[in-house]
Amino acid sequence: MENKKKFEIKGLNLYYGNFQALKEIGINIYEKEITALIGPSGCGKSTFLRTLNRMNDVVPGVTITGQVRFDGKDIYDKDCDVMELRKKVGMVFQKPNPFPKSVYENIVYGPRIHGMRNKTDIDSIVERTLKEVGLWNEVKDRLNKSAMGLSGGQQQRLCIARCLAVEPEVLLMDEPTSALDPVATSKIEALLQDLGKKYTIVIVTHNMQQAGRVSKYTSFFLTGEIIETNTTEMIFSRPDNRKTEEYISGRFG
Amino acid sequence: MAPRPKMDEELNEISRKVTEMALLIETTIVESIKAIKEKDMELARAIVDGDEKIDDMEDEINNDCFKFLATQAPLAGDLRYCISIMKMIRDLERIGDHCEDLAKYAMRLENEEYYKDLIDIPRMAEMSSKMVSNAIRSFVEKDLRLARKVWKADEEVDELFKYIYEEQMGIAEQDSSNLKVAIMFAFIAAHLERIADYATNICEETVFSLEGGYDMTL
Repeated sequence: MENKKKFEIKGLNLYYGNFQALKEIGINIYEKEITALIGPSGCGKSTFLRTLNRMNDVVPGVTITGQVRFDGKDIYDKDCDVMELRKKVGMVFQKPNPFPKSVYENIVYGPRIHGMRNKTDIDSIVERTLKEVGLWNEVKDRLNKSAMGLSGGQQQRLCIARCLAVEPEVLLMDEPTSALDPVATSKIEALLQDLGKKYTIVIVTHNMQQAGRVSKYTSFFLTGEIIETNTTEMIFSRPDNRKTEEYISGRFG
Repeated sequence: MAPRPKMDEELNEISRKVTEMALLIETTIVESIKAIKEKDMELARAIVDGDEKIDDMEDEINNDCFKFLATQAPLAGDLRYCISIMKMIRDLERIGDHCEDLAKYAMRLENEEYYKDLIDIPRMAEMSSKMVSNAIRSFVEKDLRLARKVWKADEEVDELFKYIYEEQMGIAEQDSSNLKVAIMFAFIAAHLERIADYATNICEETVFSLEGGYDMTL
C-alpha cells in the first residue's frame, strides 16, 4: 500500500527571468519513503528540490506558478510560515558545509534559533542526532573541537545531524555523496536506509547505482520536465520511456 | 558516435559470439540426425568430440557477460539483454548435450537394421532445428512476433513426438525383435522434443530482453 502523500506537486512552473527552468511538474512525494531525482546537469532537478522548502525565494528574478502542497497545504500561499516550513523540510548539500565552529555548536545552532535554551535538552539533542547519523562514537570525545577537522564523510554526516536537530519531517539532499569516497558514500547510503524509515527523503543524484540502491521511487528529469516517475525497480529494469532508457544506459551524448 | 563506445563494443562482441555458438548448434542438430539416418560413424564421433567446443563457448560468453556486468554495470535494456544471453547460452549448451546423446545413439544403432525408412524423425529434427534457428533469429533481430510464433510452434513438435512414440511402441508390440530399435527411436524423438523446448526458452528470453516480461501471447 502506498504511504501518505507528503508533497503533492501539480502544474509547477519556475522561471529564472525569461528562462523557464521547470515545466508543468507533477509528482507526489510519499511519506517515509526515499524518492530519487535523476537527470543530466541543468535538467532542473536541483531547482525542483529547492522549490520544496522555498529555497528559491532568495534567488533574484524567480517566478513560480502552480501548486506545491505539503501535508495538503500550499507552501506558496501567502500565509505560509517559511521559517516553520524550512524547519520541517531540511536540506543537505553536495559539499559538506559545516559551520566553522565546534561539532557541538554545529548541532545546536538550529535548536537555539528556534528558541531552545535548556542545556540538558540541547545536550540530549546533540547526543541523539550524532547517534542517529552514526557519528557519536567517532566524535563524542571531541565535541568542542572544530568541525572542520573531521573527514569529508564525517562532515557530511554532521551536516545531516545538524538537519535532524530541529526535528524535520523531510530531508532534501542535493547530491550528498558526490564529494565523498566510496567508503564514506556507503556509510551515508546505509544511513539513508535508516533515516528513510523515519523521514521522507528526496535525493538528487548523478549516480544511477546509488538511486537504485537507496530509493523506492525515481523520477527522471530532462530539460525542466519530468519524463517519467515510477518505482525505482521499474525505472532501472524496464523504464516506459525511451528517453529514460537512453539516459540511464548512458546513451545521451 | 554513441557516448559509450566501450560498452557497445563489449555488447557487440558478446552478441557476435552468441551468434557463432548458435550457428554451431544449428549445424550440430542437423548433423546428429544425419549421422543416425545415414549411419555415418565418423560424423557421430565428430559430434561427440565437438561438444567440448560448445561447452568452452558457453564458458567464454558467460565470463564475458560476468565481466560486462561487473565493469559496465548495465541497466534496463542492456541489463535484460545480458541476463537473457546468460540464460540462453545455458540452453544452447544443453541442446549441444542432447546432440551428443543423439550422436551416441547413432553409434549404438550402427549394426542394427532399421525396419523402416526414417521419415518422421528427420522431419521432427528439421522442425526442432528450425525452431532453434528461428528462436536465435528472433533474439538477434529483436523480432517479438517471430519469438512468439516459434514458441507456439512447439505444440506441433509435441504432437509429432506423441505420434512417433506411439508408432514405435506399436511396432515393438507387434514384433519384439524390433524392441531395441523402437525404444532407441522413441528416445531419439524425446531428445528432439527437449531441443524444441529449449528453443521456446530462447524465445522467452527474446521477449524478456525486449519487454522485461514473459508474456508469450501472440
